[in-house]
Amino acid sequence: MMEHAGEKTVAMQLRPASSSASLVRTTISTLGKDLRLEWRSKDALNAMLFFALLVVVIFSFAFEPTAEEARRITGGLVWVAFLFSSTMALNQSWARELRHQSLDAFRISGAPADALFLGKAIGNFIFVALLEAIVAPLFVVFFNLTIAQGAGALLWVFVLGTWALVVNGAFFAALSLRTRSRELMLPLLLFPISIPALLAMVSATSAILTGEDSPTLGLQFLAVYDIVFTTVCLSLFETVLHAE
Amino acid sequence: MPLLTLENVSKLFGRFAALRNFSVTADPGRLYGVFGENGAGKSTLLRIIAGLARPTAGTLRFSPAGPRLGYMAHASMLYDELSAMENLRYFASLCGIRDKRRLEGAIASVGLDPSLERRVGDYSQGMRQRLALARAVLHDPELLLLDEPFSNLDPDSAAAISKLMSGWRDAGKTLLVVTHQAAHLQTIADHSWLLRGGELAAQGTGISALSAGAA
Repeated sequence: MMEHAGEKTVAMQLRPASSSASLVRTTISTLGKDLRLEWRSKDALNAMLFFALLVVVIFSFAFEPTAEEARRITGGLVWVAFLFSSTMALNQSWARELRHQSLDAFRISGAPADALFLGKAIGNFIFVALLEAIVAPLFVVFFNLTIAQGAGALLWVFVLGTWALVVNGAFFAALSLRTRSRELMLPLLLFPISIPALLAMVSATSAILTGEDSPTLGLQFLAVYDIVFTTVCLSLFETVLHAE
Repeated sequence: MPLLTLENVSKLFGRFAALRNFSVTADPGRLYGVFGENGAGKSTLLRIIAGLARPTAGTLRFSPAGPRLGYMAHASMLYDELSAMENLRYFASLCGIRDKRRLEGAIASVGLDPSLERRVGDYSQGMRQRLALARAVLHDPELLLLDEPFSNLDPDSAAAISKLMSGWRDAGKTLLVVTHQAAHLQTIADHSWLLRGGELAAQGTGISALSAGAA
């Protein structure tokens, strides 16, 4: 017999037989579902792409940098554009779960909460990476950049940096789900916590573009940041998911 | 022994009491009608039993512990951009169900065509309602919580859903059915509760709680 009273968490105790659903299988299901939803609606991708293209064009006309200046400032511009754009995808991916209370169906299913988080984080990683694959070459063209050396390191900066954005973004977007102004709340929560990662992304990217410094320290910092925040977000997500 | 026991369950939203000292029991293999005006606390009651809301005070007990729960809310809990089969395949995966025939059977049981490739967003309200019901029973729940299952249904569809509920009850499931359309439960409800202002105003066999509460 099971009993609970007052403030004790109910959802955690009502796990039906579906608790056997494995983390990997549910993560893949959630990811597949999110990719299919986005492929059909293209809500997040269109909004992100439009915003990022605007940033590229506006920055390019606003600054009109020389080749030397462009190499110094592009790291900052690129990552600010991707940070702002990613919030659109993150908000959209959770808004879908609220539209018809589908999230409640997940909550009572007994499926592992971590799977939902990982599915969302990986899905958003793919969306933002796709955006970067389209927009980054435009930065190269508009700012007249050459990436003769360090392309491999730059790829690592993008992979680690993007994960840093989406892992915290997926967590804080879930945290702000039940707030009245969740679209405003996400940047308020996400941007401050992303500043250390953002500085590392910018310094590593600038180091590669200028060739004046090594990106190693920035990459190492990003790797540690990713591990720490992925662990923290995973350990707290179940509480966030079942919070009222 | 009751499958579900609620003892003095209260739920406060700020100063507003959605439920006040609510105490009932529900036996296995019985169908309970839950009636009351808007804001009486019916949906809150189902959300607490489903584990989606925490009671502010009181005790909720299941025996045996952790029964499989099926929950159908006001909202469809479905994704508009997916087809019926894609929706059910996803929710089935959450419960570890991979048998395609079971999904097809669940869709067919509520009178929908499993091969229909239309997106759920293009469905009528009634079709969506029936698919939501199929989702709720997909994992063969022991306790089924249904919030307004007859809304948006034409009379024939509502009668078919009533018949389905009766069959589930006969198969040993416990059903708690919140509805404003008590007539659909007239011949199948074993027991009923009437809520008023978050309190249990009346209860009785069949749908007699309604008339007892009016007296």
